[in-house]
Parts: sequence; structure tokens; C-alpha cells
Amino acid sequence: MGPSSGPREIRLSTTPDKADLDALELGDIVWLDGLIYTAREGVYMRALDEGAPLPIDLPAASAANFHCSPAANIRDDGSFDLGAVTATASFRFAKWLPRWIETTGARLIIGKGGMSSKDYKDYFVPNGAIYLSTVGYGTGALLGRGVETVEAVHWRDELGLAQAMWVIRANRMGPFIVASDRTGACLFERENAKIAANLEKVYEGTKPAVLKRLGETDDRSDEMIG
Amino acid sequence: MIPIDVIESTANKLMAKAAIEIPDDYLTGLKKAADSEDGDLSSYVLRAMLDNYVAAKEDGRAMCGDTGTPRWYVKMGNETTIEGGPIALEAALRRATADATANVPLRPNRVHPLWRTDHDNNVGIGAPEIEYGYEPGDEWIDLITVHKGGLFGTDYRMLFPSDGIEGIKRFYLDSLVAFGKRGLACQPAIIGIGLGGTKDSCMVLGKRAACLRTVGDRNSDPRIATLEDELKELGNSIGMGAMGFVGKHMVIDCNIEVGYCHTGGMQMSVHAFCLSSRRAVARIFPDGRVEHRTDPDWFTPYQRRETVEWDLPAGHAKSA
Repeated sequence: MGPSSGPREIRLSTTPDKADLDALELGDIVWLDGLIYTAREGVYMRALDEGAPLPIDLPAASAANFHCSPAANIRDDGSFDLGAVTATASFRFAKWLPRWIETTGARLIIGKGGMSSKDYKDYFVPNGAIYLSTVGYGTGALLGRGVETVEAVHWRDELGLAQAMWVIRANRMGPFIVASDRTGACLFERENAKIAANLEKVYEGTKPAVLKRLGETDDRSDEMIG
Repeated sequence: MIPIDVIESTANKLMAKAAIEIPDDYLTGLKKAADSEDGDLSSYVLRAMLDNYVAAKEDGRAMCGDTGTPRWYVKMGNETTIEGGPIALEAALRRATADATANVPLRPNRVHPLWRTDHDNNVGIGAPEIEYGYEPGDEWIDLITVHKGGLFGTDYRMLFPSDGIEGIKRFYLDSLVAFGKRGLACQPAIIGIGLGGTKDSCMVLGKRAACLRTVGDRNSDPRIATLEDELKELGNSIGMGAMGFVGKHMVIDCNIEVGYCHTGGMQMSVHAFCLSSRRAVARIFPDGRVEHRTDPDWFTPYQRRETVEWDLPAGHAKSA
């Protein structure tokens, strides 16, 4: 996929070396190999707030945390039927991520929409972690093709299928886009800044609503997250 | 009388079709966008999405891992009766939703808002939503399923007549820019706008404008149709594309639906139907015949009627 003029494409292990991560540039396309686990609010609350022991050995098994609930089912015989996989928006997990990265040694946080550059500088960079965004969003079928096997589903009874910890083996799973780098720069903020220059012109001829809302801003550099 | 077993088996097929097959009208619109997109990252994203639709269909797997919140729109001709009545119909739609969640599989998204209880089947209190519409004449039932994403891209505002078209444009741009950043709205999308009605029906109109009309369709009021064109172009002039990257395509199409509102107000809602615009439609006849299509054809002249009585226009009954 993609002509030679497109973004740079890289294969990366889910237990990557520092040098591999340092080499990533914003906007690079990444394809992953190795074990990935899903963890979002359900897993974070259970592990961090309630102190339940982690069901797998992290980061030895995997340093890749996917903010994802797969479109998947566990058949009556215990086997797995996994179809599409895509990410859910990560900014909602900022409450838990600093402790999660610190305690599990996660180096790749995979999700939708990224975090703020402040998050990246505060606790991604000091822990050597990088943010990978899914593409689209919604290349769920392509990502599903990259799942070789489902190795295990932990805490299914406690958290339900969507919030459980799915451990999957990735084989050239992707595409993902590098959305933070070793310095904590943020791809989405870079793009926002480029677009901001045009906004005044686009808004010309419109006018603010006569009935205001509390907390409303007309600062168009503001974001909905964080 | 419409046989209930055909309703349930058709509903099962529709659940899978909606999750797996991108509707033709949206696909055509997205291909056109991809052809003219020149932002390097947003262009990469659109090409990846086109590959994704092919992969989903080839593998028979859902397009997106977030398979949305399944819901049903049911429309019937005036002469329609259903085997077992409306209670049997609702049970069949709930059963099909649960069965398809396990069989496609879909993501079991629906949970209790407070206790987060998950039945792992997308069925629960008020889920799936089932909404009804009727058409004059004939005996048939249309089953329409829509699995819209549920978290970002929608907003509501009470505007007033003095806000005018300039105020409508402002709130439209605010919604697109706010949710477009980082691609939270999963754009480029079909944008539905509800104008008027009451707060709740304004939301319903906008959602139906996004989910129950097709790309290229225009409102039957020519002045509203012109506004649809204008807002589509305005959204695509922001300079933002897929995932909030620099690009030319935020809006694959813009559909507006209106309802009569309080004389002092001008309610407005904005809804974004995502890159995996999941909708599927079938009409079932009393003899068990099933016709599949992708155009819900919801907003007929009857649905947009303005007066007390309804006189069936000549020739309308058969083509409803």
C-alpha cells in the first residue's frame, strides 16, 4: 500500500529497543510484530485502583498497550472469534496512564487521537514511551488481519468482553501512525497549528450565537481534550 | 401479514451487512474525495480506508472494531400487519441484535450507564432503539439498521431567529472544528443537521439527516438544498481532512432536515456519521419476498408533510 512518495513505513517489535523508538519520526507508518494487550478504563481501574495483580508478565511479554475493545466473541468451546479491531480515544485515560506506564513498562501506547504534548513530555518521554495512533479511524478489518492469534482473554468475567484484557499476537499488524516522538512533540498539535492559520478566513461572515453558554470559548486553538 | 421468521432472519442479515459492507453512495463519495485529496497524511488515511473496505468484505469481518450502537428504524405501509403483532416484531429485532453481536462478531458496546453492566450482546434497557414511521397505502415493512458511533461529533444548540444563517454557519463550523481536531469525528463524514422542531426532535432530525439520507441526495425544498451545498463546501474549506490532518475533505455530504419549531427559536443539531457509515435496509412483503437496498428512503413527501390531511399523490402508493 502507498506510493513511494507517501510516508515512511517501518516494522517494529512490541518489545522495542530504545534505539528503535528514538528513530521514529512523527507521521511514520508502523507495522507491529509480537504480543499486544488491550487495556482501557476497566483494566486500569482493576489493576491500579483496586490493586489486582496483573495477569501477565509486563513488560517482558509485551510493552504495547492497545486502547481497544475488539469486535470479538468467545465461542462456547472457549475458542476465540476475533473480527475487527480499532482503537478508542485515549485522552480519557490520562488519569491512569502515568502510573500504568511506570508500573508496566509500556513503551508503545496505541490508541485514537493521541494525548497532549504536555502528557508526552510529562510521562511518555521520561519513560521512553511513544504514542501510535490507529489510521482512519476505523481500519478495523486491516488491523484484524494482522492478528495471528488470540493468546488469552483475562478478566473476562470481571470486566465483560469489551473491557477485558485481550492478549493478541500481531504479525505485521497495522497501519499505525507515529503521533509522538522522543522529544514529546505531538503530531496532532503540529497539524492543528497548520490549520489554525486558515480558520479566521473560514469563519468570516459567521457570527457568535446570541445566547452564550457557560464556559464557552471562541479561542479556536483550544482543543476538546485535556 | 408479514411472517415473523422472515423479519428475524432478515434483521440478522442486515446487522451483518451494516457492519461489513460500506454503502455504495458513501464509497463513491469517499473515492472522489481520495482522488482529489492532496494532504500527504490525510491522503494516506483515505487510501487506507479504501483498502479497509475491501478487506472487510473479502474477510466478512466488521469494517471497524467499534461497531457502534445498533439501532432500528422500522417503516410500514398503512395496510401492514405483522405476525404476532408489534411485540413479536420488537422481540425479533432484539434477538437479531443479540445473535448478530455474537455471530459477526460485533463489539458488545452497550452497557448500563452507572453500573457498566454488559450483557455482551448490545441489548439492554432501551437498547437497541426502535423507531417507527408509516407511509400511506400498501403492505410492506422496511427494516433499517444503523450502527452509528456514539461518542464524538454531535452537538446541539438553541439558536434564535436573530442568529440567522450566519449563526447556523458559526455553530456548524464550531462543531466541525472542535470534533475534527485529532479526527475525533472520524471524518470525512456525512454531516446531518437538524433545524427546528424541539430540543429532542431536533436531535432526532439531525441524526436521521446523517444516517437515513444518502450521499448526493438533496432536500426537496430547493432553498434548503442550496444551503446543503453551501455548508458542504464551507466544511471542506476549513483545511482539515481525515484524522484532523491538513486536508481538503471533512464533509462527504451535508444533509439538512427541518421541523416546525417554537416561533421564538431555531434549534440546531449537528451529527457526523463516520468513515464506516453503517446502514443497511430491506423491505419485506407479505409473501416473504425480501428486497435489500442501501438507501433508507426515509424522508418521503409524507414524512415531510406540512398540513393536517394527507392526499396520496397519484402513482405514489406503488413507489413509496
